[in-house]
Amino acid sequence: MSVFLQHLINGLAAGTIYALVALGYTMVYGVLKLINFAHGDVMMVGAYVGYATAFSLAPHVRTSSLGVLLVILVAMAACAAFGFLMERFAYRPLRDKPRLTSLITAIGISFALSYGFQLDVGPLPGAAPRAFPEIIVLRPWLKIGDVVLWNAQVISFGIAIALMAGLQWLVYRTRFGRAMRAVSHDHRIAGLMGIPTDRVIGLTFMLGSALAAVAGILYAVKDTAITPLMGLYVGLKAFVAAVIGGIGNVPGAVVGALLLGLVEEFVVGYTASSWRDAVAFGFLILVLLFKPEGLFGKNAAEKV
Amino acid sequence: MHRPRSLLPLVPLLLVMASAACERKQSVTTGGDSAAAARATRDQVLLGVVASLTGDQASFGVSTRDGVLLAVEEANARGGALGKPIQMRVYDSQGKPSEGANAVTRLISQDGATVILGEVASSISLAMAPVAQRAGVPMISPSSTNPKVTQVGDYVFRVCFIDPFQGYVMARFAGEHLGARRAAILRDNKSDYSIGLSTVFTARYPEFGGTVVSSEAYSQGDTDFRSQLTAIKATRPDVIYVPGYYTDVGLIARQARQLGIDVPLLGGDGWESTKLYELGGPALDGNYFSNHYSPEDPRPVVKDFIARFTQRFGRQPDSLAVLGYDAANVAIAAIQRTGTTQGAQVREAISRTRDFPGVGGTITLDPERNATKPAVVLKIQDGSASFVTSVEP
Repeated sequence: MSVFLQHLINGLAAGTIYALVALGYTMVYGVLKLINFAHGDVMMVGAYVGYATAFSLAPHVRTSSLGVLLVILVAMAACAAFGFLMERFAYRPLRDKPRLTSLITAIGISFALSYGFQLDVGPLPGAAPRAFPEIIVLRPWLKIGDVVLWNAQVISFGIAIALMAGLQWLVYRTRFGRAMRAVSHDHRIAGLMGIPTDRVIGLTFMLGSALAAVAGILYAVKDTAITPLMGLYVGLKAFVAAVIGGIGNVPGAVVGALLLGLVEEFVVGYTASSWRDAVAFGFLILVLLFKPEGLFGKNAAEKV
Repeated sequence: MHRPRSLLPLVPLLLVMASAACERKQSVTTGGDSAAAARATRDQVLLGVVASLTGDQASFGVSTRDGVLLAVEEANARGGALGKPIQMRVYDSQGKPSEGANAVTRLISQDGATVILGEVASSISLAMAPVAQRAGVPMISPSSTNPKVTQVGDYVFRVCFIDPFQGYVMARFAGEHLGARRAAILRDNKSDYSIGLSTVFTARYPEFGGTVVSSEAYSQGDTDFRSQLTAIKATRPDVIYVPGYYTDVGLIARQARQLGIDVPLLGGDGWESTKLYELGGPALDGNYFSNHYSPEDPRPVVKDFIARFTQRFGRQPDSLAVLGYDAANVAIAAIQRTGTTQGAQVREAISRTRDFPGVGGTITLDPERNATKPAVVLKIQDGSASFVTSVEP
């Protein structure tokens, strides 16, 4: 029982990170029908910005709640700016080109980031993994038998849930959200209706990238080390999660991600470890075969 | 309507990509002029070094290169080999087998290397060895411990012990020294090295009264090992054998302690790196690993080497530097004994290496071209490893 509980905690922790990254995929796909494969690497950039920020703070400041907030906010701001630039200079010029062009650009940006960050010149960090400073000092939060729930896990989960709820509110309860949904429906017509599509799309990128930055920091807090390649793998898994939940659908991405985190965890825990990725991607194929629009996606009828 | 825009904003990104793709080249010429090094002449004495100077295992490559560099500089100070200064050329394998193989091709066909030295990771050496073998140029791996490396052919040697031995050392240490009866294994399924050590550990552990109670795997580069560790914890082992590389081991140690696993972790020479302590922190205390050498070894040859290395590079040598140094010296001694740079004759001379006084122990190459020498077991405490015992073959 305690083993089961431990697996449950581990799975939810992994799923939370996937969820924050999956939200970025799903939002960008929602407005642009573009799969931004560089999104996982934006998460990596966020983790490195957080790393640099944490080290520029004095050790006792860095572990205070204000310090943690500062680390997260600086990383969010940096990634939002990066997301804006990426959209403005890499994707916007290609918006009316065939969709494949943007997709290949996205893969290019992804590789440029994950391999560029491995260079050891100027401010670039080099390839070796870095130990992320312990910004949340580990304390047991709850003990059930010999299963420990750590404060960092609870805080991470809380931050993630709050951000997801905030996003849900933003998309469905605000003017900006309505504009976003309109652009998602058809960005040309939305433009004709007076919605500033460029600004909406830019803001969507900024929002998604800021969420990825938070994911990067929570990931670094959880697994204690960051590497330039960390985004490739998490990005791929988050993409799978977004598709499982129904890409373009906000609650779907969250449910898909938590589901994927738990499935992976239990596969490793109760069968052989090597089955993890096979099962994760097998799950994706099954969903695509039997419910191609994803678990929560609407099967939108296309008017011809 | 959008007007077509130029792709100019993408240029910086492309440049970053292009420079990442380019192999980093580094040439060190000691005692000779670099113009001569550029001409690949047949009678030069050139040690071609392949090392991971970038990538996950960069610290391995840098140590190895510095060990070789020190050996070359010292040999040149004594007058070089065959009346000429010894040259050295280093290519970066970036931690990738394919880059390692390319580097060997370049060293042989373009630079005219006499002997190839490299690599640390067995998977890279395994990609390099067939190239050297086909070209008839001797290759000495300083620290690849997978048995398959020297089985590639009669031109491939090594100056370290092999995996079966390290797996045996830890199985024996766990059973006899720690009195552990139940062991769990967490291996890296992507690395020949990790699979090699764990296979031998599993096979030999029963001889020392132990049982392997669970065997889990991860893939190099994973950062979350909690699922595997939770499954391992449920089998209540006395020790956990983690024969991986330091990049993963540091995280595994931290996560194991977080999950309330307090039994010792055991490992192999892949743990050897100062980075391990940065990544693992206090979670590493009380764990053991087998290694090629200990700086606390009282032999004078070790003390002298540490003094010279520290003076030259401003830091303590690790065992990879020691093995790089030994590999270069074995090669240089063989070239001097045979008096030529012909591949076949140099190969013959290397294969006759007997009782060579290496820093990492006396080296005798057996008919399988492997070195027979003892291993040490180190215990980690407060961010450093100290000598516990030495296990003879």
